[in-house]
Amino acid sequence: MTLSENSLRLESQGTPRKNNYSWSRFMRKATPFLFLSPFLIGFLVFMVYPLIYAFNLSLYRKQIIGGVTFIGLSNYVKSFQDPSFWEGIRNVLVFGIIQIPIMLGLALLFATLIDSGVVHRVSIFRLGYFLPFAVPNVVAALIWGYFYGQSFGPITQLANALHLQPPVFLNAQGIIPSIANISVWQYTGYNMLIIYAAMKAIPTELYEAAKVDGASEWQIAWNIRIPLVMPAILLTFIFSIIGTLQLFNEPSVLNTVAPTAMDRHFTPNLYVYNLAFANKQFDYSAAISFTLAIVTAAVSSIVLFVIFRREANQ
Amino acid sequence: MTVQTLSPVRKNKSRLHAGNPVAYIIMSVFLVYFLIPLVWLFISSTKTNAGLFSSFGLWFDKSINIIQNLKNLFARDGGAYGLWMKNTAIYAINAALFSTIISALAGYAFAQYRFKGRNLLFGVVLASVFVPATAFALPLYLLESKAGLTDSLLAIILPSLVNPFGVYLMRIYTEQAVSQDLIDAARVDGAGEFRIFVTIVFRLIAPGFVTVFLFAFVGAWNNFFLPLLVLSKSSLYPLTVGLAYWAGLATQPGNAQVLYILVIMGSVVAILPLMVVFLFLQRFWQEGLSLGSLKG
Repeated sequence: MTLSENSLRLESQGTPRKNNYSWSRFMRKATPFLFLSPFLIGFLVFMVYPLIYAFNLSLYRKQIIGGVTFIGLSNYVKSFQDPSFWEGIRNVLVFGIIQIPIMLGLALLFATLIDSGVVHRVSIFRLGYFLPFAVPNVVAALIWGYFYGQSFGPITQLANALHLQPPVFLNAQGIIPSIANISVWQYTGYNMLIIYAAMKAIPTELYEAAKVDGASEWQIAWNIRIPLVMPAILLTFIFSIIGTLQLFNEPSVLNTVAPTAMDRHFTPNLYVYNLAFANKQFDYSAAISFTLAIVTAAVSSIVLFVIFRREANQ
Repeated sequence: MTVQTLSPVRKNKSRLHAGNPVAYIIMSVFLVYFLIPLVWLFISSTKTNAGLFSSFGLWFDKSINIIQNLKNLFARDGGAYGLWMKNTAIYAINAALFSTIISALAGYAFAQYRFKGRNLLFGVVLASVFVPATAFALPLYLLESKAGLTDSLLAIILPSLVNPFGVYLMRIYTEQAVSQDLIDAARVDGAGEFRIFVTIVFRLIAPGFVTVFLFAFVGAWNNFFLPLLVLSKSSLYPLTVGLAYWAGLATQPGNAQVLYILVIMGSVVAILPLMVVFLFLQRFWQEGLSLGSLKG
């Protein structure tokens, strides 16, 4: 229903006086904004303003001698020439290239197996796979940090019992795959359920028709089920990209367990944290924070735009 | 598309199949993968700190020490863990409750009213879903320290009240669950817009409300970056920051090594509330996941 229909109905209810009428008209116009206002105020104060503030801060340099000077975009130029920043970017990209395909591939495989009915006791798998999502990721990083560990980690204990060389997970070579494994462990079940939920919305008649035509379970999965849940898969893909670019909790916690395995700029967010708190370079860390926000939003918007274009063309 | 959990037709289908053994083996192997770190954690929490090092990780030690570990956990540093737990609960409940109310109001406005700038505004809200929360953490810290707001629970509760993805979910849910006829009828009866929301709409969107609440609760319970930045007093820490702090102390040489078993015990106690919530509210989060995937 539109507002004009609504106002017609109200007008027909009696004979409102002139000023009453305009008051109610104003109220009708204002109502949606009254409902929106708590959110909008919070949105402006806690999301829009901090970004503007960070951007503004990044344009100035504060020095003990000389005070505050306007330096334009030189913090951004600096970040583009900063090998530490690029190393962090490189690390999260390598992490994402390893972690996202494995996680989403497994999530898709499990969702397909569960939905096609080729396994029984489905609820045990659904719950068991999802359980790691209920673990705060700081705690997940602690658990795996100990699990990987040399002193009382069960993997090392097993290797010792079998007289094998225990694998080292938390060193410079092993750290990225080790963190990737933590994220796969935590989020595969969650992504599986998102994809599975989309699969459940597919009408069963489609499968039955394909079966009548003699299609196998794999053909049905490959040609009907998976293409139809593509939007859900792409949604999980976008959220995985966002999660990857802002990687902080796991490396930060593992850093306390294994301090030698990574640098202080291991991920862009870790770099932001250390620039701000160890070096007190607030203007420069604000610049990197802002760049990270813009890059992430841009990457996910582009992916989303491509999806919508593809959907619209279909 | 409708919001719905298992349809009865689909359940019969699995009975027709004998079950594929290869698929079953793959799924079982991964079940072990997903559960084994948790099994290790729970077994380890029953050991003494020395037993942690001397016994095999995936089986129990000779003595079961879990009661003593629990006592030590809550006694350490003058009861710090209990404080952290209380802080986390206060923070998570307030953040989740109020952010969900705010999201429900905004979602209803987007779903119910046609107003100028609606699509643009909704587009901006959606776009903000794609800006990572951690990108706001440093600017928020700087702003809050200027405002003298750091080192208070409000410093982490207030920014959590804004949940754009919650607004998106509540809009979709409202569009599906609230019939226009009902609203029209109430308007004809002369009910005010806010009264309609409280007395009629709210009951209809309650399942969506619980879903958004649940995920906001988990998000707040797990939050680490912002509290790490804005809280410097350890008495204000949430569990995540507190446990990471202890874990850092545990690696330092000296007496602090005893902390390993307390970090493990503390991890168990930190996980349990969320697991219980997820087990009991299965219907809601599964529904929420299907909502999120409705419109890519």
